[in-house]
Amino acid sequence: MSGLSPDVLVGIFSTMMGLAMPFLFAALGETFAQRSGVYNLGVDGIMLLSAFASFYVVVVTGSPWLGLLAAVLVGLAMGLLISLVSVTLKAEQGVSGIGLYMLGLGLSSLLFKVLVGTVKTVQGFRPIELPLLSGIPFLGPVLFRNNVLVYAAFLLVPLSWWVLERTTLGLDIKAVGQNPAAADSLGINVDRVRYFSVCLGAVLAGVAGAGLSIAQLNLFQDNLTAGQGFIAVALVYFGGWNPVGVLGGALLFSVVNSTQLWLQVLGVDIPSSVAVMLPYLLTIVALTLTSSRDRQPAALGKPFERGEN
Amino acid sequence: MNVKRALAALILASTLVAAGAAPLKIAVIMPSATTDMAFSQSMWQALLAVQKSAGGESAIQLKYTDNMWNVPDAAAAIRDYASQGFDIVIAHGSQFGSSVQEIAPDFPKVTFAWGTDVDTYGLPNVYAYTAAAEQGGYVNGVLAAKLTKSKKVGVTGPIEVGDAKTYIDGFAQGLAAVDKSIAVSKTWTGSFSDVALMTAAAKTHIANGADMLTGSSQSVVGSIGAAKEKAGVLWFGTQADQAALAPALVVASQVYDWTGMLSDILAKRKAGTLGGIAYTLTLGNGGLKVAYNPAYKLAADVKKAGDDAIKAITKGTIKVQP
Repeated sequence: MSGLSPDVLVGIFSTMMGLAMPFLFAALGETFAQRSGVYNLGVDGIMLLSAFASFYVVVVTGSPWLGLLAAVLVGLAMGLLISLVSVTLKAEQGVSGIGLYMLGLGLSSLLFKVLVGTVKTVQGFRPIELPLLSGIPFLGPVLFRNNVLVYAAFLLVPLSWWVLERTTLGLDIKAVGQNPAAADSLGINVDRVRYFSVCLGAVLAGVAGAGLSIAQLNLFQDNLTAGQGFIAVALVYFGGWNPVGVLGGALLFSVVNSTQLWLQVLGVDIPSSVAVMLPYLLTIVALTLTSSRDRQPAALGKPFERGEN
Repeated sequence: MNVKRALAALILASTLVAAGAAPLKIAVIMPSATTDMAFSQSMWQALLAVQKSAGGESAIQLKYTDNMWNVPDAAAAIRDYASQGFDIVIAHGSQFGSSVQEIAPDFPKVTFAWGTDVDTYGLPNVYAYTAAAEQGGYVNGVLAAKLTKSKKVGVTGPIEVGDAKTYIDGFAQGLAAVDKSIAVSKTWTGSFSDVALMTAAAKTHIANGADMLTGSSQSVVGSIGAAKEKAGVLWFGTQADQAALAPALVVASQVYDWTGMLSDILAKRKAGTLGGIAYTLTLGNGGLKVAYNPAYKLAADVKKAGDDAIKAITKGTIKVQP
C-alpha cells in the first residue's frame, strides 16, 4: 500500500466518516439554535458531560443504547439550563455559553474522578456492515461499514434541511431568528420556539459527546473533546447556517485531518507540525473565502423583549 | 540503586519520626489526571509510595493539582503552593520549566523539582529530572520486532519533543536491531490531550497493516482502545504499566519509577541541599523498569530477547541514542 492507491483512498475517506460524526451532530444542532437567534458557545461543555454520562451508564449497565439515552437526557437538561439563562433571563449569550462550557468541563472531570477513578475502556456501538451495500467497491467500506451513530449523523443532514426548509416548524424557527417581533405579531411564541431549538441543539450536542465516548473511542478521559465543540460552532458559520453547508465544512475539516494522518503513516516527507496544522489552516482559508454575514440570522444573539424590538 | 533507595527511605522515616518533626509538605502540579495510566500517574504513585515508606501522612503530607493543561494556570498553582508554605513543589511537566525558573528565586527556602529535563537553571533550590525513555523504548522495539507478522509497526505520539520523542527513537532502534526490513510509521498528533485524534491515528496505522503499535503521552489510551478493535494487534506501553487497559494485547510497558529520585531529593533536602541536581531515570539505576504483562503469554525466546536487551543496556554494551 503506497501512494494514493485505492486502498489508501478508502482509508482516508473511512477515517473521515468517523471524524465527521461528532462535528455533524454538534454543528447541526447548533444550526437549529442559531437559526432561532440564540448562539450557544457551551456546545463543548454539553458534549463533555454527555460523553461522561453515556460512558458511565455503559460502564454500569453494559448497554450503549442506555448510554445514548443518558447523553440525550443530559443534553436536554443542559439545553433547558442555557435556555433559561439566555432566553428567559436574557443574559449575554456568549458569556453564558462559556459558563456552560466551564460547567461541563469541570463537572465531567469531577464525576469521572469520583465515580470511575481511572481510565478504562467499554464496549460501545460496534460497526455495522450493511448487507450488499458494504460490498460495493470503494463506496462500501467507506459508507456502509460504520457504527449506527455515523449513519444517523449523515441522515440527519437531509432531515435537518427538510425541517428547516419544508416544515412549519422550520419556518417558525427561521422567523424568530430573523425578526422575532414580526414573528411574535403573527402569533408565534418566540420564547417557546427558541427553547425548543436550543434544547434540540443541546440534545444533538449530547449525542455528539456520546458518539465520542461510546462509539468512536469507547473510553472517557478528562477534556475528551479537546475543543471539538468549538470547532462545531465554527462549522455553523462555515456552512452559512445551512445543514448542507455544515456537512461540507465537517467533511472538509475531517478529510484534511484524515489525509494528514495518512500522509504521516505513509512517510510523506512533511514536518508533523505542518501536517497537524493543515486542517485548521485550510478551514480558516475556506471560512474566509466562503462565509458571508449576509446569511446570518438577523436577530442572532439578541434577546427578545416584547415591545422593545 | 534499590538498596540505596531503601536505605534513604529508612533514614528519612526514622529521622522524621525520631525528631517528631512537622510533616513534610509536598505539592505536585500535573498536566493530566493522576489516573491517566501514563505520565502523571507514574509520579503520583511514586509520591504515594514515598509517603508510605516514610511513615504515612504523619510524615509527609501530599497535595496535587492535576489537569493543568494550561501553563499559566499551572504557574499560578506553583506559586500558590510555594506561598502556602509547602516544602517541596513538583512541577511535573516539561512545559512548566520556565514557570519554575521564574518563581523559584522568590522562594529560596522552598525546593522545586521539575521535569522532564535536566536544566536546574543554575538555581540552588531547583532539582530537574528526566527519563532515558529511549532505553525502554529499545526493549519494546526488540519485543515488537520479534512478534510482528506483517512487518509493519505503527507509532503514535503527541509532539516530537522530550521523552515522547526519545522513547519513539529508541523503539525504532530496537526494531532495526532485530530486523531492518520492518517498516516503522510514525504519526504525531500535535497534542498531548487529543484522544480522538490519537485514536484516529492508531486506526490509520491498523488500516495500513500495522500489527504492533506503541505510543507516548496521556492520549494513547485512545490508541489502545483502537488496538482492541482489531484482532492480532499488540500494544507496547510507556510511562506507566498500561496492561490493565487491555490485558489481552499489552505485551510490556516501560514504567517510570520516580521513588528512588524522590527519596534522594528528600534526603538531600534534609541534609541542607535544596536543589541544584539533575536526575535521569535509567534501566541501570532502577528508575526505569520493563513490566511484562503477566496476562499476555509471551514466548520464552521473545522474553529472553527483551531481557538480554535490558542487560546489555544496563551494562553499556548497547548504547541507545536519545
